[in-house]
Order: sequence, then structure tokens, then C-alpha cells
Amino acid sequence: MRRALGGAAAALALAALAALPFAGGNYAIRLATIMLMYCVLAVSWSFIGGLAGYPSFATAAFFGLGAYAGAIAQTRGAPAWAAWLGAAALTALFAAGLGVTLLRLRGHYFAIASLVVAEVLREIANSATGLTGGGMGLNLPILRIGVTAQARFYYFVMLALALAAVAAHGLVARHRLGFGLRSIQQNEDAANMLGVNTTLYKTLAFTLSAVFVGAAGAVYAAWVNYIEPADVFDVLYSVKPIVMVLLGGAGSVLGPVLGAVVFLALEELVWRKFLTIHAGVLGLLIVALIYLLPGGLLTLRARRLRA
Amino acid sequence: MSPLLELRCVSRAFGGLRALHDVSFALAPGEIVGLIGPNGAGKTTLVNLVTGVYRPTAGEIHFAGRRIDGRRPWQISRRGVARTFQIVQPFPRMTVLENVAAGALFAAGARGVEAAKAAAREHLAFVGLAGQAEAPAATLTLADRKRLELAKSLAMRPRLLLLDEVNAGLNPAEIEQALGLIRTLAARGLTILIIEHLMRVVMAVCSRLVVLHHGELIAEGRPGDVVRDPRVVEAYLGSRWAARAGPAP
Repeated sequence: MRRALGGAAAALALAALAALPFAGGNYAIRLATIMLMYCVLAVSWSFIGGLAGYPSFATAAFFGLGAYAGAIAQTRGAPAWAAWLGAAALTALFAAGLGVTLLRLRGHYFAIASLVVAEVLREIANSATGLTGGGMGLNLPILRIGVTAQARFYYFVMLALALAAVAAHGLVARHRLGFGLRSIQQNEDAANMLGVNTTLYKTLAFTLSAVFVGAAGAVYAAWVNYIEPADVFDVLYSVKPIVMVLLGGAGSVLGPVLGAVVFLALEELVWRKFLTIHAGVLGLLIVALIYLLPGGLLTLRARRLRA
Repeated sequence: MSPLLELRCVSRAFGGLRALHDVSFALAPGEIVGLIGPNGAGKTTLVNLVTGVYRPTAGEIHFAGRRIDGRRPWQISRRGVARTFQIVQPFPRMTVLENVAAGALFAAGARGVEAAKAAAREHLAFVGLAGQAEAPAATLTLADRKRLELAKSLAMRPRLLLLDEVNAGLNPAEIEQALGLIRTLAARGLTILIIEHLMRVVMAVCSRLVVLHHGELIAEGRPGDVVRDPRVVEAYLGSRWAARAGPAP
């Protein structure tokens, strides 16, 4: 019964998502595209932060790397789909290599080390002017179709990415890898002693947390037509997904998705009502929410079920 | 018969501290051996060396005919070495069943999560925790957590089981139950190394004792002989008592 209800809700949500770009205006489509991008970032962070329990701040690094890889490929004439796939593959490879070394650190040490990665990449992007255009940024080729058609196209690409990330997360959480990651999160030494290849599992989680983000970065670059280092390596791309997951509830796939949607709604509302102090108000709201609902919004449902 | 576990001149130092020095002994398949010694003798260090948590600074460790020192803990556990922790280490936010299933899934190579859970139920029934299968591990009493540790280890389908003070903190009735479980496991042919403080426990189930003192192996033999060894009495009670007890017969 509950399974059937869940299936019906998922089908309804999918139908609404498919119909949205034909019902709403360009502003609504743009907002929904950002929402889907946030979903990709939050669900991706959940692999390493939610399942394995490693507080990664590397999302901005993966996003920026994907954006630049895609942008450079596209400006040199690669077709969009090839550039995006290539960006995803490159980001995954980068994360795997990085993970082998970074994941030896735990807790705060890991958080700080992962935070630095985006800064390093930004400096490289700033100084490698021949490849990236440096601080001048990169202009991407524009699709020769109408404005609304473009908005719809990128919306559906982002939707596909979000669905892929959600599906991958659902699959991983249910199988051996997810079980091992949860063991690592709760007691890494005991997990190791029980036969979990912790280095391999953590590296896989880190790679999964990068691959969809890299693709999202590349699609974002093509969508907005112009990128520069300060924009795509922005530390907020690392912080926002963490807030979204905490907001929604860590550990499941529904939590990050819910968190992303609610976070975007809050961001938009606050931005409109408090033009001058929006950042402060948003911060206070987040602090309040996390204080009042330490387990995330999903615990509201759990509480009601128990009552 | 070739030994299942063999330590050859194993030493381990932490900086200037010699935690273990030149220790050699072997376990034959099916043997139940007690490892005893006063606090700080190096008992838990020895367990950590065998399970791969530390590497020996000198010497070799062989298990089932293959050298295992320098291997990672997960590799050693997959070869058939399981341990319980002196301080229990459950996954607190998983259910009791999931805790045990983890051992079946990763060390014993169960085919999937469901198969691992099925195997886990048998081990929970064996240690008497079947009723708490769906409870979060964090809610168990100390005695039940020790049973959970044992069930987790058994789910790994080990050939060698290292019991690191499984009885510490239990009351006499609970110890009696634990001893019953250990005897049943021994009857199944499992090789067991019991690391213990409680003489009563090792005297009751072990066929042989190994005594560590200040990181060195000072005595080895049948339980009755070992407890009368003057060096052992001195290590536990001081030299005055050793003189009163007289030389070993």
C-alpha cells in the first residue's frame, strides 16, 4: 500500500516536472532548472557526506572543473553531448585520484583539505590564460534556437542529470556499497575489521559525489554561455549542498531532494523580500531550521507516523 | 599438523616503548588457547598485530600457511581471522541484525544484503539475541552488546577467533552463559585464542596457556602447570608471593 502510494507520488511528480516547461514562463523554467541543478549537487554530496559521513567541501571544485572542461571542449568545436560526458569523466577521474590521498584524513582535517581544492583550481584557472581565458572568462557557443526553446532544452538536460543522480543514489543505498559506506560512517575501524575495503569504498563514494556535479558544471557553462573562475569555483557551491542535505535529512535520497527544493524556495523568497540583507536573513533561517529540526525536514514525517 | 597461526619472533615498539618483544608461539587447528598477563603486558597489542591494525616492527606472522603481517585488516579478516573488541564496537545507528549482516556480507562474502541478513539471523539465534534483531544496536545492555560482538565475529565465518576480554564487565551468571557459547564453538572445531584477565574463565576452557609480561612471553603450557610457574606468580602477585609458592614441581 505504502509502496503503491510512493510509486503514484513519484509518477505524479515526474508528470509535473515534464509539463512544467510548457506551462510556466521563462522565469519559472530558469528557476526550475536551478532547482534541478541544486538537486544534482545535494544528492551527489549525499554519497560522501550522507552515506560515508565524510564532510566534503569539494563540490565547488568538481563543479568548476566540470564547467571548465566542458567549456574548453565546446569552444574548440566538440559537440555539446561529448563535451558534457567528457567533463563528467574527467571530474570522476580527478575525484578518484584526489580521494586516494584526501580520504586518509578524517573529520575536520578532511573538511579543510577538501575546501582548499576549489581554491587551488581557481588559481590555476586564473593563471592558465591560454586555456581558460583567465579572469576574462570563456564565452561558449550559443545554440541557434529560440530563447524559450533553449530554456526548455537545458531544463530537460538538467532534469535527466538529476534523475540519474537520484537513481544512482537509490541503487547504491540499497546494495553492498551503501551498506559498507554506512558502516564506515558509524565506525570506520570496526568496518575495516569486518572486511570492508574502506579505502576503495570511500574513493568510490567520493567519485560518485563528483561525476554528476562535473556534468552539471559543464551543462551550466553551456546554459549561461559565459563562465569565469570566481563564478564556477564559488565556495557557495560547496556550502549550499551541505545545507540542503542537513535541511532535508541526511541518509536517504528523499532528504537531499527535499532540501534542494526548500532551499531554493527560501533563497528566492528571502532575496525578494530583503534585498539588502538577504544573506543575513537566509543564514538566520537556516540556523533556526537546523536547531529546531536537527534531523532534517524528513523527521517531521517520521514524528507524525509515530504519534 | 602445521599450525593455523604462527608468530615468529614478533616485536612491536611504539617510539621508545617496547610493547611486544620477540614473541613466538603457534596455534594448532582446533585448539583453545588462553593468552593471559597483567595489565599492560601487550595482550591487546598482540591481537592488533594479528588482525593487521599494526605492523610488527620485526618478525613474521603466518596464518594458514601464508604470511599476513603487513596486510590490511579487511584482507586478514577475509582470510578467516575474526576478533571481538575489548571495548565493544557496534554500528550504533544500525539494527542488531544489520550489524551482524555486515560481517556476513563483507568478510564471509554473502551474495547480497538479503542473503547476509538471512545468515545473520542464524548467528543471532545462536548467541540468544534473535528477539532483539530489529532493535538499534545502541539500545542493547552491555552483556547483549558482547553477544552482538560475538555474533558479528561468527558471521564472518572465521577459522580463528580472537576473543579480547569478552567477559570483562559481566556478572557470574552471564560469564557462565558466555563459557557455554565458547565451549559450543570449540566443539564445532573453531580455533580460539582467549585474551583474559579472569583466571576462572581460562582455566575452565583452555587446553593451553600463553603468558605475556612486559611484552615478553614468559611461560607457555598446560593451565595447571602455568599457574604454578614462579615467574607467572611473580608477574601477577610480586616476588614475595613467588618465594612463598616455591619452585615449580
